[in-house]
Amino acid sequence: MDSYDIVVIGGGPAGMAAAVAAREEGVQKILLIERDRELGGILQQCIHNGFGLHHFKEDLTGPEFSERYIRRMEELEIPCKLDTTVLEITAGREILYINAREGATKVSAGAIVLAMGCRERSRGAVNIPGSRPAGVFTAGTAQRLINMEGYMVGRRIMMLGTGDIGLIMARRLTLEGAKVIAVLARKPYPGGLMRNVAQCLYDYDIPLMLRHTIVEIQGRDRVTGVLVADTDENSRPIPGSERLYECDTVILSVGLIPENELSLSAGVQLDPHTGGPVVDESRQTSVAGIFACGNVVHVHDLVDFVVEESEIAGKGAAGFVQGRAERAEVDGTPIHLLPGEGLKYVVPQRMRGINGEASLDLFLRVNRVYGRSAIEVRHDGDTVKRLKRLRMNPGEMERMRLQSSALEKLNGADLIVEAVEVDG
Amino acid sequence: MSGIDREIICIVCPTGCRIRVSGPDTEHLEVSGNECKRGEEYALKEIADPRRTLITTVQIDHGTLRRLPVRTNREIPKQSIFPCMEVINRIRVEAPVEVGQVLVADILGTGADVVATRSMGRNGG
Repeated sequence: MDSYDIVVIGGGPAGMAAAVAAREEGVQKILLIERDRELGGILQQCIHNGFGLHHFKEDLTGPEFSERYIRRMEELEIPCKLDTTVLEITAGREILYINAREGATKVSAGAIVLAMGCRERSRGAVNIPGSRPAGVFTAGTAQRLINMEGYMVGRRIMMLGTGDIGLIMARRLTLEGAKVIAVLARKPYPGGLMRNVAQCLYDYDIPLMLRHTIVEIQGRDRVTGVLVADTDENSRPIPGSERLYECDTVILSVGLIPENELSLSAGVQLDPHTGGPVVDESRQTSVAGIFACGNVVHVHDLVDFVVEESEIAGKGAAGFVQGRAERAEVDGTPIHLLPGEGLKYVVPQRMRGINGEASLDLFLRVNRVYGRSAIEVRHDGDTVKRLKRLRMNPGEMERMRLQSSALEKLNGADLIVEAVEVDG
Repeated sequence: MSGIDREIICIVCPTGCRIRVSGPDTEHLEVSGNECKRGEEYALKEIADPRRTLITTVQIDHGTLRRLPVRTNREIPKQSIFPCMEVINRIRVEAPVEVGQVLVADILGTGADVVATRSMGRNGG
């Protein structure tokens, strides 16, 4: 059985950034495994711009951002297995993969980095009743078909969901000659960023219908229409408010879920709030030597933040195989971070103070829109740290920096992170 | 009604400020609601000369994929977007292509070039 220092699973921006960071820390035997025919992951279909403003200080498209990392992988001569699917990983850090050249093959690793990304919620996940005709796509599938495979998905389109991918696809479909009848949001506010509402919908006069949802998809072979209903304050459809809209295509942009089947096969503990592994500040999971980064941990807004997190994981994995992280096993009294009032999640969920860094960043998401507000980290009723914000919304990840010195005496403690309204 | 009174959602950064621009004419405009200087610049430009980067794909022959992603290398006037799409939809390129390669120079006299945003090798090569 071949053995490697580090095996990275997934060749998107997270996996590439982790592999690059580990190599830059001096790790020699690295292998990256990717199931697609090329590196780059989902960025290859995100042809729009807005990537790289933080990391490269340039406004890049997805493929441009991706190509910079692919070049870096080549410069550092990091080996990759493409067209290769990982079937299973174990807590003992064995990896079973399969491809057409080698068949099913087992390798072992000093450390594993999980970078499998996320997948889209589909029609089944949101339970839309009706018939099962062709013409129902998730936004990401439509994006890949149009931008890479060269197939147009439809002519008259109804979109459900206002995630950023959906907004961007509404513009993309319009540019390619389709009529987007409307974009529906079940809630009274859009899920994506306002700037995407402005530059994708308003620029092209695409109606945004807040507080609406699809209650039935009609059509036998192909979609012929949808029944749209108003929603109440709990985002539930109001009976009697249904109207029929004729369309040939329904596009769903209804959320993303971290893809963690492999994590589960190794017994990695998942956080119900993120859907991804519970990680510490070096992005080590609950299983020693298995690290995770990017959208497999929590769904990020920006690839810039994905690569930042992945560099942490790559360095963490390097530290583990180089023996610097041994203390992680010994200093077994981590601080736990728990999402409290107003918070959807907080990452990392545990801190062990093992890296000797002066500070560490918390990434978190609120579960509703806030105006003037603050994020507070509390311990036993005391506020350990407070960060004021002018506004917060669930579509934007928040970041909060904690000084390690403030945490030293809190070993073993539970810290609650909350969002609070502030007057004035 | 004379004068200008518009609300513009800033697209410069993810904050998405709602900026109000008002005044009797384009020479005397007041800008409010922006949280930074870049917002003011954007809002005034949006009134005087709204521009966008155009991003789409072109047909590619013998490439590893059927579509090649492209962008304008600078912003073009908003009203040129659909006319430029018509030009871009007519072109057809041959693999291999390098990232940054110019596919249409100075499209419709906008001063912007249409460039490839990724490299793509030949299928099977």
